[in-house]
Amino acid sequence: MRYFEDIQIGDRYSLGHHTFSAADIKTFARRFDPQLFHLDEAAAARSHFGALCASGWHTAVTWMRLMVDYRRRLDEEALARGEGVGSMGPALGFRDLRWFKPVYVDDTVDYTAEVVETRTSGSRPDRGLVMIRGDGVNQKGEPVLTFVSTAFVERRPSKP
Amino acid sequence: MPKLCWEDFKPGAVAEYGPRLVTREEIVAFAAEFDPQPMHLDEAAASATLLGGLGASGWHICCLLMRMISDGYLLDSSSMGAPGVEEVRWLAPLRPGAQIKIRTTVMETRASKSRPDMGLTKFLFEMFDAAGTRLMTMTTTQMVGRRHPETER
Repeated sequence: MRYFEDIQIGDRYSLGHHTFSAADIKTFARRFDPQLFHLDEAAAARSHFGALCASGWHTAVTWMRLMVDYRRRLDEEALARGEGVGSMGPALGFRDLRWFKPVYVDDTVDYTAEVVETRTSGSRPDRGLVMIRGDGVNQKGEPVLTFVSTAFVERRPSKP
Repeated sequence: MPKLCWEDFKPGAVAEYGPRLVTREEIVAFAAEFDPQPMHLDEAAASATLLGGLGASGWHICCLLMRMISDGYLLDSSSMGAPGVEEVRWLAPLRPGAQIKIRTTVMETRASKSRPDMGLTKFLFEMFDAAGTRLMTMTTTQMVGRRHPETER
């Protein structure tokens, strides 16, 4: 990740996509969200979802994984050019998370991130705060996920 | 028939779940799979970050809460999932070896305008460690099936 000063509102990152298999949906659900509509095809068919679908947390943490991988690639490229990279995180939280539609078995979700706000930190002069909207869209072009997270990003060190 | 329906969640009701031990092993395993940042993976790298030492991914904290409320009441209820989460705040690091507790507070309930078989229940969830430090808060509205679907008005 570049330094806080390099980040502009409207910057947009294409993070890549992920396909949710039935096995992965059930494995995640068994660990963290064992509601029957995330675990069992027959029970899910009888539920209002109509078919097995991923836990919303599974959809969200997959965004995080792709975001971390994306940032690592950016950092490696910057370091290869001899540029410095600012550290990012931790995040303070998120707001306005919506699961618009279920993510069903074999759905492919395309993930993006966009900078929606930046501000300096009163408590941490060496850090800025960056608000990033995360989005997921399925293979039919339907939004399935959105949220806005807030995280610290390191400011460019001042020259001595 | 689930034990708990929308009608059973009364505004102001408070419940507590836990404690549950969170191990270093599971913090690192979750991070390796879903949030592989050094502050969630490695003590030495984590001590150089604002987290000041190894701490669980914030998403892991959300997932642990989800599991604890599932075992606590959700699996005994007519839960229909949630359309989203209004807000999550990660207030303090979740360290390896922590014994976490969840406190749930029913903030508000209302009938669904579009679905007579469903009601909406807004919760505040708070996570604490054994010392009583509040690690996170989450505000979310869950969809819950009604025991007595509203009939024609």
